[in-house]
Amino acid sequence: MAGAPLPAARELARRHRLQWWEALPWAAGLAAFFLFPNYLAFGTQVLVTILFALSLDLVLGYAGIVTLGHAAFFGAGAYTVGMLAAHAGWTEPLSGLLAAALVAGLLGLVSGWILLRTHGLTLLMLTLCTMALLEQAANMFSEFTGGFDGMPGLSFKAIFGQFEFDVLYFRTQYLYALAVLFLGFAVVRVLVYSPFGRSLTGIRENLLRMHAVGAPVRARQVLVYAISAALAGVAGAVFVQATGYVNLAVLGLERAAGVLIILILGGYGRLYGAFAGALAYMLLEHTLSKAYPTAWQLGLGLTLMLVALFARNGIFGLADALRRRWSAR
Amino acid sequence: MDLASILLGGLAAGMVLFVVSVGLSVTMGLMGFVNLAHGGFAMLGGYAVVLAMRHWGLPFSAALAFGFAAIAALSVLLERTLYARLYRATELDQVLFTIGLVFVMIASVTLVVGPESQRVVLPAWLDGQTDLGFLRYRTYSLALIGAGTALMLALWLGFERTRTGARIRAAVDNRRMAESLGVDVGRLFTLTFALGSGLAAVGGGLGAEILGLDPQYPLRYLAYFLIVVAVGGLGRVTGVFCAALLIGVLDFTLKIYFPKGGTMFIYALTLALLLARPQGLFGRKGA
Amino acid sequence: MSETLLETRSLCKSFGALEVARRIDFRLQAGARHALIGPNGAGKTTFVNLLTGVLAPSSGRVLLDGEDVTRLAPARRVKRGIARTFQINQLFRGLTVLENVCIAVAERMGAGGGMLRPAGRRTEVVAEAARLIALLQLEADAGRRVGELPYGRQRLVEIAIALGLQPRVLLLDEPAAGIPSAESHILLAAIAALPADIAVLIIEHDMDLVFRFAERITVLVGGAVFAEGAPAEIAANREVREVYLGSALDA
Repeated sequence: MAGAPLPAARELARRHRLQWWEALPWAAGLAAFFLFPNYLAFGTQVLVTILFALSLDLVLGYAGIVTLGHAAFFGAGAYTVGMLAAHAGWTEPLSGLLAAALVAGLLGLVSGWILLRTHGLTLLMLTLCTMALLEQAANMFSEFTGGFDGMPGLSFKAIFGQFEFDVLYFRTQYLYALAVLFLGFAVVRVLVYSPFGRSLTGIRENLLRMHAVGAPVRARQVLVYAISAALAGVAGAVFVQATGYVNLAVLGLERAAGVLIILILGGYGRLYGAFAGALAYMLLEHTLSKAYPTAWQLGLGLTLMLVALFARNGIFGLADALRRRWSAR
Repeated sequence: MDLASILLGGLAAGMVLFVVSVGLSVTMGLMGFVNLAHGGFAMLGGYAVVLAMRHWGLPFSAALAFGFAAIAALSVLLERTLYARLYRATELDQVLFTIGLVFVMIASVTLVVGPESQRVVLPAWLDGQTDLGFLRYRTYSLALIGAGTALMLALWLGFERTRTGARIRAAVDNRRMAESLGVDVGRLFTLTFALGSGLAAVGGGLGAEILGLDPQYPLRYLAYFLIVVAVGGLGRVTGVFCAALLIGVLDFTLKIYFPKGGTMFIYALTLALLLARPQGLFGRKGA
Repeated sequence: MSETLLETRSLCKSFGALEVARRIDFRLQAGARHALIGPNGAGKTTFVNLLTGVLAPSSGRVLLDGEDVTRLAPARRVKRGIARTFQINQLFRGLTVLENVCIAVAERMGAGGGMLRPAGRRTEVVAEAARLIALLQLEADAGRRVGELPYGRQRLVEIAIALGLQPRVLLLDEPAAGIPSAESHILLAAIAALPADIAVLIIEHDMDLVFRFAERITVLVGGAVFAEGAPAEIAANREVREVYLGSALDA
């Protein structure tokens, strides 16, 4: 019996379609290239951070896996590219990206398979320990990694042999980062609207129910963890290729906590939360933290407390709530 | 450095870890609340002790008592007004809130007192060395070992022999059941939170000689406190005691023989341990 | 004789000194309409948890279609054809009714892990979900978030999900609980419309529903099978009346 299709079904079929406003962030990104030629180094950092935050959103916002150690994968990608350049003379950027994705993804696969047996506080601790372990290892094997001082002065070949990395104005780096972000975002977006992505939301919403519909829960979790790790690794690789420098900070708690804060501020579980959060956070940090570091820390702390107490869904969540309040009148 | 000295040094450090972490273990076991700001209470306690000694001329022991009382009072205030709103919240929100709180604590101390490291001037009776017969060792470290053991015994007795202790243990094991039996878990939690934070404050002041005291203290030692609690088991005083001593001795020893990679071993060990036994060495399964 | 789809042999479960399942021998044939009744705390939901794998037994075996599934994880048992509803709704509260059912249907069709095509475009999945939603008369709420629905309607979503798994064995844990009497006919119609060859086990306290639905009744008391037989036998069984039915029947 085929009746008229449910309106809800039609809506569901349309949900993944691109909305007009989705072009805005990319237009803004391109516009910034022309409007702020002196700030492209900063801009590149923002783009890299957005990609990193997106990768965390997959795991945290969609699959509901709370981790404080995601910088482990950012750092894995960063050091892969750095070590290949410094020790093997491998400076071709695009293949470097691929290598970083593979290494970080593999690390994610293995650590996910081991760690995702646990949950809650134990999982949180274990992700922290894994990241700290990598950081200590990088410190210890300083002949390979440059130890505490890292490896400065790395240089990379031109992209496609044409576009040289521009150390002064960061023009190539910026567009490179923008392109990589675009591709990474496309991957995440397709994933999120696919049945796989929906099942992640199911896992986050009700784990018991997911098991009870026969879903291979752990396999899905490990898979998304590995994919997210690969993306984080790519972000780390772009970071090193753009700045020519890698050190322990790529694996540190500050970077891991920072990206978590960004997602919270922008709103997790919604693709563009990473964009809003990263831009807002890095602008504020750039202006405030250098000038008044203590005040910055105080303000950040207060903001986090307030968000946790009142605005759990970040900037986007607040906007949503306001919109709902307004339309309910 | 010979074995005995290393052992004693590690035990002393472990004792400090115990005094600070025991409160965290009990409150996490009781309320399931991830309080990453616990180290902040230890730091504030240390500063309270230092400032009381410096500005009011209080002797060391009195300053410690003051630190306990002041931080316990502060923690009650925070718990009733802020923490209580997040008991039903997700882990993520609790983590965020407490990270934010720690940042606020660190920034406040930096603004009010300054970023420099603070020194605790030990009283004469703790200074110098004591002759144990087979060894001469720092009186202070020996006193720490003694005090930590005494505290552990006092807490253990308190949990095992008093009605309140029994209520706490019951609520840790099964909160719903305890509530249906008439236990006022909310008030119990405020009490244990105050006690735990007060103890952390004492640990901060007592251990300032070994762990140092500066605004970065809470973040620097966060991993250690969490590891001690995770390995020792939630709500298990004896478990936390053993775990703290273990970590203290291990870390102390490793820092001497492997200054570069020593900490790595502790993280690897914790990883392996928590994977094999997610409830910690001494915790109960299914907690 | 129709085939035995689900069987337990000497199934036991204890928590320390507390025995919650005592040597339960149980059989469910294809096409069965079986009810499990008993006083509160008799271990009925525990039994369902043992059947579905949420709980591991202390001893004894669970066989699905002749195959020993005692060690099999819950998700794998679902793939082998056993589905359940929970006593308290277990739904994806933040998602719409349609999405809830789609997730279940997609898993059953093996499409749950697809990464390329958007979920909303898998027309086979959506069409089947829509059919189930129509069956349970939930069309009006199909686009609403489950968390916003009244409990009774959520209960119907719970049933829709179980049906979406196209099980060979369906375990319903107090399906009528929480459904207002005005809407209970929807539930009854859905149960009546179940394919004749699947085995259905209902846990219920609503004796009306039990005696209308069941062809066979098992009475569980204190974790052990107290009595088993046709509804008329059970109703006439004096011991059962004393232990459990008592006022429920006289009312």
